[in-house]
Amino acid sequence: MAKMTGKEMVLEALKREGVDVIFGFPGGAIIDVYDTLEKDGTIKHVLVRHEQGAAHAADGYARASGKVGVCIATSGPGATNTVTGIATAYLDSIPMVIFTGQVPTALIGNDAFQEVDIVGITRPCTKHNYLVKDVKDLPRVLKEAFYVARSGRPGPVLIDLPKDVQNGKAEFVYPQEIKLRSYNPVIEPHGKQVERAYRLIEKAKRPVIYAGGGIIISNADAELRALAQAMHIPVTMTLMGLGGFPGSHDLSLGMLGMHGTYCANMAMANSDVIIAVGARFDDRVTGKIEAFAPLAKIIHVDIDPTSIQKNVKVDVPIVGDCKRILKKLLDIVKDVGRPDEAWIDQHKAWLEQLDTWKKRHPLTYKMEPGVIKPQNVIERLYEMTKGRAIITTEVGQNQMWTAQFYKFDHTRTLLTSGGLGTMGYGLPAAIGAQMAFPDKLVVDVAGDGSIQMNIQELATAMEQCLPVKIVILNNQFLGMVRQWQELFYDRCYASTEFTMTPDFVKLAEAYGAKGFRATRPEEIDDVLSKGLEAKGLAIMEFAIAREEGVFPMVPAGKATTEMLLV
Amino acid sequence: MKHTLSVLVENTPGALSRITGLFSGRAFNIESLNVAATLDPTLSHLTLVTRGDEHIIEQIIKQLRRLIDVLKVVDVSEGEFVEREMSLIKVRAEDESRAEILRISDIFRCKIVDVSPKSYTLEVTGPESKLKAVIELLRPIGIKEISRTGNIAMMREKKTI
Ligand SMILES: Cc1cc2nc3c(=O)[nH]c(=O)nc-3n(C[C@H](O)[C@H](O)[C@H](O)COP(=O)(O)OP(=O)(O)OC[C@H]3O[C@@H](n4cnc5c(N)ncnc54)[C@H](O)[C@@H]3O)c2cc1C
Ligand SMILES: Cc1ncc(C[n+]2csc(CCOP(=O)(O)OP(=O)(O)O)c2C)c(N)n1
Ligand SMILES: [Mg+2]
Repeated sequence: MAKMTGKEMVLEALKREGVDVIFGFPGGAIIDVYDTLEKDGTIKHVLVRHEQGAAHAADGYARASGKVGVCIATSGPGATNTVTGIATAYLDSIPMVIFTGQVPTALIGNDAFQEVDIVGITRPCTKHNYLVKDVKDLPRVLKEAFYVARSGRPGPVLIDLPKDVQNGKAEFVYPQEIKLRSYNPVIEPHGKQVERAYRLIEKAKRPVIYAGGGIIISNADAELRALAQAMHIPVTMTLMGLGGFPGSHDLSLGMLGMHGTYCANMAMANSDVIIAVGARFDDRVTGKIEAFAPLAKIIHVDIDPTSIQKNVKVDVPIVGDCKRILKKLLDIVKDVGRPDEAWIDQHKAWLEQLDTWKKRHPLTYKMEPGVIKPQNVIERLYEMTKGRAIITTEVGQNQMWTAQFYKFDHTRTLLTSGGLGTMGYGLPAAIGAQMAFPDKLVVDVAGDGSIQMNIQELATAMEQCLPVKIVILNNQFLGMVRQWQELFYDRCYASTEFTMTPDFVKLAEAYGAKGFRATRPEEIDDVLSKGLEAKGLAIMEFAIAREEGVFPMVPAGKATTEMLLV
Repeated sequence: MKHTLSVLVENTPGALSRITGLFSGRAFNIESLNVAATLDPTLSHLTLVTRGDEHIIEQIIKQLRRLIDVLKVVDVSEGEFVEREMSLIKVRAEDESRAEILRISDIFRCKIVDVSPKSYTLEVTGPESKLKAVIELLRPIGIKEISRTGNIAMMREKKTI
């Protein structure tokens, strides 16, 4: 068999794994791989302006498409610049493969030029990582990396490639299938557990499905909807689960948790059976743990055993893939064949109670004459883009208003950094999503603070002619932190006010894009339609009510029923 | 509660640091850690003594199993098991204390593995309680240096990890 160089193996593996686009930034330690990719020409490379952007773009690509996102960077500063992006993907369980260049093996450990121990640095924020010391190991490592990244609970996997390994030669035997003796995620659930779950649900008077990011990761949205409808059980979603069940469905209670709806939090607090599916009982969801869902028996479906019993006691744990488990439950429902009316009768009082809560405190905000309310902007954005947009967000109030007021009806249409809460995620993620879906409308809902954290990626988007749309909700504040200061720190606005903000319209123009600004409510629709209909990239800036808050809000450490309302 | 975990892990660079990193990163404690090769050179066997309530131990075991390099984790202290630790103790040995040390060594079936005009080095093996007892008896005489392996453990009967 002909021998291949390490850099050729990387190219070959990318092709075999079906990778069509990668995001990256070159440098001396990775120049060899770049050379090989360029001369071959099959794999599209998107040149970013900062390696953090490459990692978020690969992540956005992965979230939108469900495929493994790939990014590439040089050693040293190139590698460290990807770390925030890797950690972001890790906390939200996003499949990614990151290639980094490394100094030649002989120099490792010598504090060589642009040497960092990136494998050491990223050990706690990758699902797995490899420093390849021998080119003979590379084919196996490449295959393993993609397999580990996408299987089980997905996550980022980093491969560090010393320069001599990129250029060294070995036989290329790419394993067709892979079996690791030390890694065998459980996909198929225990049948008995599923039956136990069914029996519990069958008796429940006040059931709720608490759906998380696992629904989206495992593409179980159709099964979830079928099951909820078959048993007439309401569904609430985590931030990561939004879109996994249609937000405009009658059975949807919207998001739960710190900034969740009154109804969703009341439902959890009063439920007798909670069916948690692909959700991990994050502290933003449970609030004060002792007061969380005091009356409920809990069924917990998750592919990762560490998620189960981590924060709350579970009555029926089911380890496995959401999609399979929901299917099995659905099969049982069909086999048992209770008439539809039986379910309706059993949940009638509960659904009525939920309806009362929904009406008592719906998501709302106060209009003020002459002032743009951010919630209003998001509502209008939803009306104008319904169902046809992929929305990315930055972090902060802009993210929460989007989660509350945009009704996500389809899976993989909200890309947001939930676990790490990374400001600067939205724009590069939008670039990744747009690369995956060139014909879809991709909108980044941003805050004036966050957008400046990876603003350099405007150049990337322009260079690739990507028609990404950016809605900036400009309050001239680090609004989310300001809100905490207002509520819990005597309104002492320590370092949260921006007294200088760039002119975002001119900024757009400087990059060759279009910029529009609204300062009064009457201008919202006009600016939105101009921006959305513009040919290429457009920034739509909204000068919003400066001290608007996000409500409901459960103060940190309080029970989720102790909500501050509008 | 004290728990002794037996962990089978791929013998790869970085595997150990993944394990110790897990403990420090998640604020679990390690009381002792012993690592050595197994009959299969591609695997290492790790004995780890840790403390925590039931809930924490469950998380520790699950988190260890989640590591890609980890093959198997068993809480050997859940059933019948044998546990041994070895220690080398260098103790000041002058004049009349020399005989006293030999007596202690004899009673606890220690071995004298090094002798000098001013010190003895003892090898002691046994469960932690025995090591503790020997150390307490030698302490007043003057321990100059001590080196301990940490626990190794094995399940009784036919069970293997
Ligand atoms: C400013 C801010 C405010 C926030 N406020 C809220 C809030 O009010 N409400 C809220 O909900 N969140 C909020 N979040 C997000 C929060 O921090 C967490 O990221 C989120 O709650 C976690 O969602 P999840 O439980 O769905 O878990 P994810 O992080 O999406 O985890 C997915 C779970 O599914 C499992 N899984 C993966 N694949 C599968 C599969 N194939 N089969 C089965 N299981 C699988 C995983 O093991 C994991 O346990 C906020 C974040 C920020 C930054
Ligand atoms: C990288 C990073 N640094 C700091 C924070 C803390 N933080 C959370 S929200 C927020 C304010 C964000 O401001 P802006 O983007 O203007 O959004 P707004 O809340 O005003 O909508 C800050 C500083 C963070 N999440 N990420
Ligand atoms: Mg702001």
